[in-house]
Amino acid sequence: MEDSLAIHRLHFAFTVTFHYIFPQLTMGLALLLVILKTLALRTGSEHYNRAARFWARIFGINFVLGVVTGIPMEFQFGTNWAQFSRAAGGVIGQTLAMEGVFSFFLESSFLGLFLFGEKRLGPKGHWLSAFLVFLGSWLSGYFIIATDAWMQHPVGYALGPDGEIQLASVSALLFNRWALWQYAHNMIGAVQTACFVMAAVGALYLLSGRHETYGRTFVRVAVIVGVVASITQAYPTGDAQGKMIAHDQPVTLAAMEGLFETQQGAPLAILGQPDMHKKRLDNPLIVPGMLSFLTYRRWTAAVRGLDRFPEQDWPDKILLLYYSYHVMVGLGTIFIAVMFVAALLLWKRRLYSSRWMLWVLMLCLPFPYIANTAGWITAEVGRQPWLIYGLMRTRAGVSPQVSSGNAWFTIIGFMGMYTVLAILFLFLVYREIEHGPGPAAAPAAVEVRA
Amino acid sequence: MGTVWYCLVALTLVFYVLLDGFDLGAGILHLVVARTGEERRQVLRSIGPVWDGNEVWLLATGGTLFFAFPALYASGFSGFYLPLMIVLWLLVLRGISIEFRNHVHSQVWTPFWDFVFCFSSLLLAIFYGAALGNVVRGVPLDAHGYFFEPLWTNFRLGEETGILDWYTIVAGLVAFFALTLHGAAWLLWKTAGPVHERARRVARVTWWGVAVFTVAVTWLTFRVQPQVPANLSAHPWGYVFPALAVAGLVALRWFVPRQSDGKAFLASCVYLLGMLSSVVFGLYPYVLPANTNPAYALTISNAKAGDYGLRIGLVWWSIGMALAIGYFVFLYRHFASKVSTEADHEGY
Repeated sequence: MEDSLAIHRLHFAFTVTFHYIFPQLTMGLALLLVILKTLALRTGSEHYNRAARFWARIFGINFVLGVVTGIPMEFQFGTNWAQFSRAAGGVIGQTLAMEGVFSFFLESSFLGLFLFGEKRLGPKGHWLSAFLVFLGSWLSGYFIIATDAWMQHPVGYALGPDGEIQLASVSALLFNRWALWQYAHNMIGAVQTACFVMAAVGALYLLSGRHETYGRTFVRVAVIVGVVASITQAYPTGDAQGKMIAHDQPVTLAAMEGLFETQQGAPLAILGQPDMHKKRLDNPLIVPGMLSFLTYRRWTAAVRGLDRFPEQDWPDKILLLYYSYHVMVGLGTIFIAVMFVAALLLWKRRLYSSRWMLWVLMLCLPFPYIANTAGWITAEVGRQPWLIYGLMRTRAGVSPQVSSGNAWFTIIGFMGMYTVLAILFLFLVYREIEHGPGPAAAPAAVEVRA
Repeated sequence: MGTVWYCLVALTLVFYVLLDGFDLGAGILHLVVARTGEERRQVLRSIGPVWDGNEVWLLATGGTLFFAFPALYASGFSGFYLPLMIVLWLLVLRGISIEFRNHVHSQVWTPFWDFVFCFSSLLLAIFYGAALGNVVRGVPLDAHGYFFEPLWTNFRLGEETGILDWYTIVAGLVAFFALTLHGAAWLLWKTAGPVHERARRVARVTWWGVAVFTVAVTWLTFRVQPQVPANLSAHPWGYVFPALAVAGLVALRWFVPRQSDGKAFLASCVYLLGMLSSVVFGLYPYVLPANTNPAYALTISNAKAGDYGLRIGLVWWSIGMALAIGYFVFLYRHFASKVSTEADHEGY
């Protein structure tokens, strides 16, 4: 049983991590597309329409991969986590079904119109189709977050006669405090990915002296939105989420921060490697009292360390949790610095000629993906050993009849297939970027979708 | 409340089969009815703007099943683990073959994706039919309401059966012929020129396959699943559902040669509706019969979620579905005209 538990966990972790590469860009890019279409509508300039069409092509490729890797996610609850689905389906099935009913239909219908129907819809109709795609994808994000937030912090449920978890209040489920902050934090993360991708492509064009008018537009839009996103990602959304974890999952906070012992005026570890045997941080680089301040707004407040909790309630992968959290926070801080300096240069009208800054923007491309992934690992590994926090242990949720051999078979299949998808993705996106947003229709001129 | 949701899940599934069914059928026929590059693009353009929305009905069915009948979702999806995973892989392959095909124009790239599109559509149709066959036949549920079926054992019916036995293979073939015919009817309606003519020939030939296998599967089902004849004799009005299927089949025979292409497609929809509703009527109140001990079977009452969730679900689900149908009407009207082989004028 134990080894099949590990493989089922890896199965979900692998497929969902790969899946989320694509939605984080499409959700963020949907917002930037609405901005580009709004600029086009207000200035009446074809320039912005061409820019929007270029990003719509990138969006299309990402969207397809998001769809085809997303369908397996909805089914994996049942295939690999049958006991969890049976116990909690009456609750989380609601939000997952809402996602399909309210957002996927909206998104898929209007994406067809957005990608195909520009001429027939006219400028305003086309703007509206872009807006509805944005709305659909952001709604979809909300329902997924509400599902996860319920697993992090279950509310609005009642236990049925056979121990099954029944929905007791749909509004409590939908307006879970965790869902609201997690959503804000997650969506801003998605906007950051889109901004860094758009800025990187713009910087590439400016540095290589191609499509320079578009390069300037991309960098400008991305930096203006990106600086706002990067700051709000830390405060208030990241901060609020940290406080929720401190309040509702204190043992997770201790593990994330590498705080082995309860301390008054607990320090914040910037760097350091947890030593699980000696129960301490090696090579610590700390800010004294900072963790107490961030958590309770008092420098001397006591923060509970891992020593205060029974070991069976500790997250079972403390090292992974600790490092993902630190990678996320570290990168988030770097994003603020990069976007702030870029915005300053933009304001001083020196950004387009500051080659060093353009280099930085271009090379930052992979980091928001890493930060978003690390953030999700923090949330999900931090929830362990619970599948539903305080209600159901992860090991109690797996499918009883699916052997580890069968799960190995399918995870190998997914790994192979997703490797092919990754290669195709890089190849097709590279071609679009190579071709650029220029007026001559791409050879790929969108005949079938995307 | 449980019965209401039983019907609603079935309704969502019917929408999925009617809608994604025609683009699966178009996929199966892709290499047969379209020979040149232009013709193949024509087939793809006829489904291009809608296939993805059609597939959302599968997600909607899965999601609705999840919250209305969590025990069925959990038991069925983990029990059909391997075939379901294979279906997911086929859906991945099919999705990217439609979308990525036209990104590169090459003698290697395009035919490769055409083949993947055709192959994955064909296997999906057979798997869907076999899956439904498994549900009708019943599965080896244990006392806890779980089971696991390998892909095949000895291809015989019995307690040690796999996903594929001779009954479910027949069901798979019914689905293959029916969806091929459905796809042919769609192409008849949406295309002109050589593709249109070939689709008509295919429709006429496939019709016989559908007719023969429909009779075969009906006869077999009566012997394999006693609940079906029991329900029919207890409620003779239920004969209206198989009658609907027969009516659709007869109407297809009438409309296809007479160039009433829209009506032929409609007739194919009626046929599929009749077949699926017959299954839904025949299995009631089972949602997953057991071929081990009938007491282990999942029924509407032991698989449904709590009443509050089902009541509140009825409110938002109806609103959401009304909206979805609204988008679909708008979308299909927008792309209502026939697609020609000429260059696309709708794009950028």
